[in-house]
Amino acid sequence: MITRQVVKVGIADMNIVKSPDSIRTSGLGSCVGVVLYDETMKIAGLIHVMLPDSSLSRTETVNVAKFADTGIPAMIDQLKLEGVQPFRLKAKIAGGAEMFQFTSNKDTMRIGPRNVAAVKEYLLKSKVPLISEDTGGNSGRTIEFDPSTSLLNIRTVNQGVIDI
Amino acid sequence: MTFHQRITSMHLDVLKEIGNIGAAHAATSLSSLLGKKVDMRVPKVEMVSFDDMMELAGGPENVVTGIYLRIEGDLTGSMFFVLPIEQSNRFIRNLIHDDTFDFQSPSISELGISAMQELGNILSGSYLSALSDFTGLKIYPTVPALSVDMVGAIISFGLVELSHISDYVIVIDTAILEDDLPDSESVRGHFFLLPDPESFDSIFKSLGVS
Repeated sequence: MITRQVVKVGIADMNIVKSPDSIRTSGLGSCVGVVLYDETMKIAGLIHVMLPDSSLSRTETVNVAKFADTGIPAMIDQLKLEGVQPFRLKAKIAGGAEMFQFTSNKDTMRIGPRNVAAVKEYLLKSKVPLISEDTGGNSGRTIEFDPSTSLLNIRTVNQGVIDI
Repeated sequence: MTFHQRITSMHLDVLKEIGNIGAAHAATSLSSLLGKKVDMRVPKVEMVSFDDMMELAGGPENVVTGIYLRIEGDLTGSMFFVLPIEQSNRFIRNLIHDDTFDFQSPSISELGISAMQELGNILSGSYLSALSDFTGLKIYPTVPALSVDMVGAIISFGLVELSHISDYVIVIDTAILEDDLPDSESVRGHFFLLPDPESFDSIFKSLGVS
């Protein structure tokens, strides 16, 4: 019997999984979950992106998985090490909600939509086609990707479960 | 030396005292609003990773009623008041005299939402004004915002500002609970105060600790 494992990815973290295992991250709010996958090799990487751009960072060492601009290229490099051809990669993304409605238009308050825009920009730059997305709104999401079916399962508290 | 290496146990004690004073005032306010006894736990001050921060609040997928506000002024940071759904239901049912009120129903009554926001306003107000009196620092909270959702989604929002600077957060965590119910995580509400890293100097200086 084959036992399926679910690999968990924390906040500002990333990891890779191969079929029959799946990969999951919980409680995405303004953060964006980015899945890069290869259908033929049935392998997928998931990044839990927290911020749009590493130039905003003021830390001594940069955690690449935290930012859209560093996380996406770093994940592509990791997948290459697993033997993936970058041109075969496709992407699915979810998250980038606005959890609270504020009247303030300070930039950090609109972090969700900015994260989504940055992820799309760097997917385009890396020539990875975006197949489907479930972004925006004001609900938290838990997502799980199964590389054997290439389906991204998305669970919210009030709107149930969908597959994209 | 980085910021986190400079924090000593004495600093942590000062932060604990802040949590103590703030939450004691908030618990008193809550007690008089509800007309029942409210207890608080000894504050915990910890430096934790973002993932561990979610675990403090019951794990990223735990569904809660969350009040969030930004703090501006001499002290800047984020503050959360996080309640288990059942506990917030009990509070609001008591306040609006409606036993059918439920944060998990598909259509939540406006009155209940408004009562919860007001509750958040009053409690965070008592917490922060006590903190301001104690330190002599000027503190201006924003209007609290309410969300009923996964705690990971709610709290990560308050970590955004901080995540530019650090992968860790110093959290001042005070739990409050109703006196007439057995203590367990399901009846425990949390105040989480997350000062921005540059605010710690202001806090320590105001209390004469360098």
